[in-house]
Amino acid sequence: MYKKFTGANRLLLLLIFGLAAVLSSAVGDPGAAGAQDDAGATSAKGTLAASRIGVPEVEITVASADGSFSEAVLTGEDGSWEVQLPVAGDYTATINPDTLPEGVSVRENDGGVREFSANAGRPQPVLLGLDGAIEGGAEAAGASRRNDIRWVQLTVDGLKLGLILGMMSIGLSLIFGTTGLVNFAHGELVTLGAVLAFWFNVTGIFGIEVHLIVAAVAAVILSGAFGGLLNLGVWAPLRRRGASLISMLVVSIGLSIFIRYSFQFQYGATSRTFRDFANQRVVDLGWFALPPKDMWIIGFSLAVLIGVGLLLQRTRMGKAMRAVSDNRDLAESSGIDVERVIMLVWIAGAGLAGLGGILNGITESTSWDTGFRLLLLTFAATTLGGLGTAYGALLGSVVVGLLIQLSTLVVPADLKNLGALFVMIFILLIRPQGLLGRAERIG
Amino acid sequence: MSWTGIIGDTLRAMFGETAIVFALAAIGLNIHFGYTGLLNFGQAVFMAAGAYGLALFVAEVGDWGNLPFWAGVLIGLFGIPVLLAIVLGIPTLRLRADYLAIVTIATAEIFRLLARSPQFDSVTGSSDGLTQFAQPFYEPSPFNPRERYLPIPGITNSTSAGTVDADGNVLAGVSDSGGLFTGNQMWLVIIGWAVVAMVVFAVWLLMRSPWGRVLRAIREDEDAARSLGKNAYSYKMQALIVGGVIGAMGGMLRSIGTQLANPDQFITDVTFFAWVAVILGGVAKVFGPVLGSMVFWGILGFADSFLRNAVERTVSGEQLGFIPDSILTTTQVGQVRFILVGLLLALLAAFRPQGILGNKEEMALDDR
Repeated sequence: MYKKFTGANRLLLLLIFGLAAVLSSAVGDPGAAGAQDDAGATSAKGTLAASRIGVPEVEITVASADGSFSEAVLTGEDGSWEVQLPVAGDYTATINPDTLPEGVSVRENDGGVREFSANAGRPQPVLLGLDGAIEGGAEAAGASRRNDIRWVQLTVDGLKLGLILGMMSIGLSLIFGTTGLVNFAHGELVTLGAVLAFWFNVTGIFGIEVHLIVAAVAAVILSGAFGGLLNLGVWAPLRRRGASLISMLVVSIGLSIFIRYSFQFQYGATSRTFRDFANQRVVDLGWFALPPKDMWIIGFSLAVLIGVGLLLQRTRMGKAMRAVSDNRDLAESSGIDVERVIMLVWIAGAGLAGLGGILNGITESTSWDTGFRLLLLTFAATTLGGLGTAYGALLGSVVVGLLIQLSTLVVPADLKNLGALFVMIFILLIRPQGLLGRAERIG
Repeated sequence: MSWTGIIGDTLRAMFGETAIVFALAAIGLNIHFGYTGLLNFGQAVFMAAGAYGLALFVAEVGDWGNLPFWAGVLIGLFGIPVLLAIVLGIPTLRLRADYLAIVTIATAEIFRLLARSPQFDSVTGSSDGLTQFAQPFYEPSPFNPRERYLPIPGITNSTSAGTVDADGNVLAGVSDSGGLFTGNQMWLVIIGWAVVAMVVFAVWLLMRSPWGRVLRAIREDEDAARSLGKNAYSYKMQALIVGGVIGAMGGMLRSIGTQLANPDQFITDVTFFAWVAVILGGVAKVFGPVLGSMVFWGILGFADSFLRNAVERTVSGEQLGFIPDSILTTTQVGQVRFILVGLLLALLAAFRPQGILGNKEEMALDDR
């Protein structure tokens, strides 16, 4: 038994260092892809918006990486801005926070700074956004939408967030259900998917950059494989050795720190967007407005999650997953190969988490700690729905997503996650098994 | 490669302010987890309570600042953390261990978001935090803040750390004449280790008292302790308070050392580092967390200084270091430290859950 463990452990180390090496060779310098373009005049442009409404009169400074160029502009009436650049190359756009109006702030994930590389001959869109909403912004910007239907917009936004959270929480919940592990490293699986997709899509392997859809498929497969290898190299040996749940929890925290800072090591501290689907124009649909990519994301994740639900409901393996999650001993004694089920849960859960990370990267952006930032919300979703249940995790995710977005009707945007955290604590106190969970002693 | 500089950096990390701060946070965690079995993953919020308890009431902001320093210390140690422990403990101490972990980590994040929010800028200073509250601490100091103390033969501060404090802030006008600590750091380090010594002694007394035995009984078998007529809930609450207050001492010392109380000093990773210190030193050992913190920061200080020395760079026309830029840049050194931390924590929990001092029979992570 022990021999097997050390063998598997060597595998894990190999795997982790292999991953680090792959990332180091690849994600290294995302700016390099654009660097070989001919030097020539170009421009950078964007629209600065908070809650989808353009914010005027904000100073944005664009400076080149080598410090030879720097120019500040003010955003226009509709929040749009453009800066003419003398040469192609790497630049940084920075929002001057002192010029922001009441009620909005720079985003916590980028701090109002965005690095980009501009190619000659075509204007480079630069994604800079703001949190919060300008007071009376709708009227000021002459928007057609009325404030009293803001909740429709927020509901759609919340649905999107909830569906993305759902991708992450199914895996987290089923892993807890089948193995009892509270996996603090689940967020890193989310980041992994997005970082891998970024690598294929933007950095390119051997100089070949593929379309984001191809990149996403590859990234999801690799994320799933990584989840399977984690189970094989770390968790299965620990289970075989009879490690306690608490020591496994601490191992997962160690893994989380290890993988997260490996990402920062290679990917850097800035948040970045994919090459495709970036900076789409918002389409006004009357009651709400969304860029086309967000509509696709909502439709696509709905389809994926319904598909996952059907697989869990109808297929033998899906039933086995739910059975093991519900009662491991009973499932085992009725002839289910529990370890095989756990392996598949890991692969599928990690793949879904990676997909969630990619979708999040399309609609927002990706940074080295994206997944870790979403982890607590995922915990909130799974505990709300019922830890260990798949459908509960889905339900909890959508509720949490809606709650977060709709709570901005009453609380400032920078506190929107508080509601989810409070609800999680509250539900643990009054109904610790969650909405769809079965009562058992947890105290 | 400046080995003397590396040794100096390592010593500075082992005995400096950060090691003290995390030793205290880890002693508190050891009471929570090691002795009582409470899985507290929100120790950062107790540390923040100490820091903000002091800063909010002493810094000259708003209507409720401007209290004398000693009053702020009392509020930061025995006011806010105790209140926090009670509010946090009443609903959560009945939860199973892993659920308690999630609730405590969420509480720490709730606090950080609130402290960071621009909504309360006039009170908390939002993400900039609060300053101008720590000067009274340094007033009785006999050390000259512009001098360096504790010179060690052969060690000069020729490395980058020479005129930079533990957090990388450049100290203007400090002479670079050798010596581990500046005058202010020296004063903080002396007071800090004195506090650690007193707390260790107090914990030692507490844990060999009947009170400590009840805590351990609860950890081993809560139902058995209950059936002997012990009010397990009340004991757990007391343990949460005591450990929280000790954690708050750590947070307060941190804010005094940096002369700043800021939400990003108390991120979730801070709690994780305190956990590394506890597990590394030895769970449920009186001296374990202190040793754990010193060894932990010693390793980090050494790794940091060594790598910074080894990375290729040019200093005043001279080529130094042997690790080329393509493998490791100076900005990446900071991340290597944390990669090591994660690896250390995972390997410890998997292979040596009893840490350096602990024994497996008494208490290890594997207990339940």
